[in-house]
Amino acid sequence: MDAEAHELIAGYALDALEPDDRARAKELLERSEEAREELRSLTETTAAMATAVSGPAPPPELRERILDAARADRQTVVPLDSRRRRPRLVPVLGAAAAIAAVVAIALGVWGLSVSSDLDDSRAALAQARAAATVLASPDARQVALQQGDGTLVVSGTDAVLVLNSMDAAPAGKTYEVWVLDGSTPVRAGLFPGGAARAVVPVEGTVGPGAKVLVTLEPSGGVDAPTTTPIVASDPV
Amino acid sequence: MRQDPWALRRQRHLSDEALVALVARGDETALAELYDRVGRVAYGIAYRILRDERLAEDAVQEGFLAVWRSAATFRAERAKASTWVVTLVHRRAVDIVRREERRRAEPLEATTGQETADPAGSAEDEAWLGFERERVLTALAALPDAQREALELAYYGGYSQSEVAETLGVPLGTIKSRMFAGLARLRELLDESETERTWTPRLTS
Repeated sequence: MDAEAHELIAGYALDALEPDDRARAKELLERSEEAREELRSLTETTAAMATAVSGPAPPPELRERILDAARADRQTVVPLDSRRRRPRLVPVLGAAAAIAAVVAIALGVWGLSVSSDLDDSRAALAQARAAATVLASPDARQVALQQGDGTLVVSGTDAVLVLNSMDAAPAGKTYEVWVLDGSTPVRAGLFPGGAARAVVPVEGTVGPGAKVLVTLEPSGGVDAPTTTPIVASDPV
Repeated sequence: MRQDPWALRRQRHLSDEALVALVARGDETALAELYDRVGRVAYGIAYRILRDERLAEDAVQEGFLAVWRSAATFRAERAKASTWVVTLVHRRAVDIVRREERRRAEPLEATTGQETADPAGSAEDEAWLGFERERVLTALAALPDAQREALELAYYGGYSQSEVAETLGVPLGTIKSRMFAGLARLRELLDESETERTWTPRLTS
């Protein structure tokens, strides 16, 4: 690298470049491994300069503000993970969980709204069977929740949310399930909560890398989430 | 929502780089742990540039949000994770100071002695930070005045090279070479004191 290139990288490491020089520096960094190595090294030096500063400590509430902002951000931007994650293979879910789910269904501890309408009941029953099928499936695996208390059980592209202690949705509200595969969440069912354990089948398909979310929405559900997810799974 | 205290304890043993990998998967606890490690220095540099608590908090928050969003693009061979985080926060602070047209760069010495106790920081962290601060201040003090001035105006003041040239009434080309020469010399001085020191810091365990 010539002197000018060195100066450009130093200015970049200090965040001191004017926009046109900054564009030139980026272009240089694109094509030169030597420039990237120089930036790596000089950036350690500028970061050391940061540690030399003494001043007030951050206010204690800043930590929570940052975490709140990250949570809120989840709704619109899912952290990228370019290296697609290998599914966490748990030894088959096991009879215990499947039995627990069946018992939950038998006791009527069920996430779906109980309707006096027979067709709705039939639909609920069909979904209950679908859920039981997923839970009892030999290839069922658990995907952890990043947020919320429970687990997502996946078999193929079918999935069931098993949620512990979800409070009943307030009057006029419902919990809505979403599948986020890419950037747009897709509706995947409603449930009222209020049960010790909610077993909620996720409607539609849950492909590799997709996440399952739950938000609190107006009764009847909406087409796009309007609140921050209260449940979010790891990528499937 | 809730933070799992066990997850926090487990993550205390991870390297900064491993934490960033967890953040890339959307792990909030890892973000919290990263903040606990780097937040103090990040806030310090943001406050030094912005001289305003609210703006400094904004810069730190935006910087950590950038970490949250782009953690998957972090490559450990390109930088240490703590350096990367500080770099993102510094950049946000510089963006903000230029937007706000706040020009309050003063010599570094003017702020020493203002630190307040950080209730979250352990005595060990405090000791390491104090030691590291001393080491960097010593190296900065060993630079030729003109080089130190250029570096401080840029890095601590958020001034661009053209602004530094104008402020000092020195040609832009001179400022550019002073900044490189100063930074390269500072790197050498820090490398020397790094090899000299006997105390091993617990930065990432």
